[in-house]
Amino acid sequence: MASPRHRNPVLAVIDAPWARPVGLLVILIAIWDLSVRIFQIPAYLIPTPWDVMLAFRNDGAMLAREAVPTTIATLAGFALSAAIGIPLAMLIAGSRTIEAYLYPLLVFSQSIPKVAIAPLFVVWFGFGIVPKVISAFLLGVFPVVVAGVQGFKSVEADMRDLARSMKASRLQTFAMVSLPHAMPAIFAGLKVSVTLAVVGAVVGEFVGSNSGLGFVLQRSIGNFELPTMFAALIVLALIGVVLFWVIDLVERLIVPWHASQRHDAFVTV
Amino acid sequence: MARPNTLRVIARNEGPSARRRLIDIRGLAKTYRTRDGEVPSLKPMDLDITEGEFICVVGPSGCGKSTLLKLVAGLIPASAGEILIDGKAVTEPPDDVGIVFQSPVLLAWRTVLRNVMLPVEVRRLDRASHLERARQLLKTAGLNGFENKYPWQLSGGMQQRAAICRALVHDPKIVLMDEPFGALDAMTREKMNLELQRIQYETGKTIMLITHSIPEAIFLADRVVVMTDRPGSVAAIYDVPLPRPRALDMMASPVFAELAKTIRGHFYAQGHLD
Ligand SMILES: Nc1ncnc2c1ncn2[C@@H]1O[C@H](COP(=O)(O)OP(=O)(O)OP(=O)(O)O)[C@@H](O)[C@H]1O
Ligand SMILES: [Mg+2]
Repeated sequence: MASPRHRNPVLAVIDAPWARPVGLLVILIAIWDLSVRIFQIPAYLIPTPWDVMLAFRNDGAMLAREAVPTTIATLAGFALSAAIGIPLAMLIAGSRTIEAYLYPLLVFSQSIPKVAIAPLFVVWFGFGIVPKVISAFLLGVFPVVVAGVQGFKSVEADMRDLARSMKASRLQTFAMVSLPHAMPAIFAGLKVSVTLAVVGAVVGEFVGSNSGLGFVLQRSIGNFELPTMFAALIVLALIGVVLFWVIDLVERLIVPWHASQRHDAFVTV
Repeated sequence: MARPNTLRVIARNEGPSARRRLIDIRGLAKTYRTRDGEVPSLKPMDLDITEGEFICVVGPSGCGKSTLLKLVAGLIPASAGEILIDGKAVTEPPDDVGIVFQSPVLLAWRTVLRNVMLPVEVRRLDRASHLERARQLLKTAGLNGFENKYPWQLSGGMQQRAAICRALVHDPKIVLMDEPFGALDAMTREKMNLELQRIQYETGKTIMLITHSIPEAIFLADRVVVMTDRPGSVAAIYDVPLPRPRALDMMASPVFAELAKTIRGHFYAQGHLD
């Protein structure tokens, strides 16, 4: 899409793709600030944006420090989700028997609230990184499996016939047809997965940890330090956004041919 | 286009015996087994196709045309009877066959040239020589300059032409086509018919093409196979006494009109407007 070129630099900034969400954010913050003032909401219920900003100034270093274990747990859980979820999706899509046995159980297990069983992991694995990673993995793996199964299964009948007519081996069919075909769906699943992995890591930290943003959240609520809690939430959201954005970037590199990725990349070819 | 004006008239009594039989279909029947019971799709049918012959199959929707093509392609097993290609029974997809499906089924992540080269890669054939042929085919199909484009950058007609190139890249003796031009507009379709007719005339390939269009069938075929309603079987086979190479204005000839009327009669008699 060719965006109109503005001579006026102010208009050019307003038209930039990043400016729109930022603009909306500014408006939301203004509404937040105004509502707190107009309805005179006490600071122990909702802090003002200014209070949160101060919390960033005072506790910024602490938040940055605590963000590290959360991010590590998120990434580890996410990596596990991808490493186990994608092959699992392959198996489920490839065999009716495996699908019949496994898929219903998977859906069933997904309905168990992770917050409820997270303490169990602490009992099993102690106050380390392991319970967090498991909880991030448990939340992150399901979208990868569901999206992967759908991707692998949506290969058209004609496409399968084409592969068979060329006497393609199972491996060839998989590598040349099924896997590339499933890639866009897998990436859609990975994007959901990474944001859920953040939630999973925080849940893990909630129930059994003395480090990480989840722990900060827990502690600041207990101490009625609402500005700090809001600041921690914002950092968490930022982690999610950055990870999402990184996967989006990788997707652009790996599946540039997909309809959702057809930007300017090929128009110049 | 200057070409030797070889006229090949296939008369009714010249018959298959004059040339070598390439495809032998004997008592072929297919019944799909599904969860809600058996779906008979083909009643036992016989058909001989000689080498270099262009066969078009027409019939009411759902009568088993695609089933017949998939059976010949070795993609599904027959319930009864057999198919012999070059005297060998078809039990798996034969090597000497290229297939064109109703939709182009190009791989979106491969460029046009790499799509055309797919059978070469899968079958592990010699790359260099086939690359030459692939480029040549694309040029013949009017796709030169599009080798490195992706399928979505091509129009529907161009995609289908690329699919035909892919079916021809390993130079198969037999080409099977299942309504290859069904999704194209009338004008593109006529042009493609003309091109396909020319390719077959020049290369002498044996082609079995399924179509919904009676004029298309008559224009392309040496023989038109008319199928009965489901479960399908051969209702009649008509020789097309038109000389080759054919031009589009032959569609206006009395022979053409007469044949079209006769074939159309089958469907009216069965209560079908195909
Ligand atoms: N995989 C399948 N399983 C069960 N029944 C099938 C299957 N494929 C086709 N049939 C049935 O066999 C019959 C013939 O199908 P086929 O696709 O060969 O028809 P067709 O002549 O190609 O129709 P069309 O002109 O609409 O493409 C249909 O009635 C259909 O219901
Ligand atoms: Mg069909």
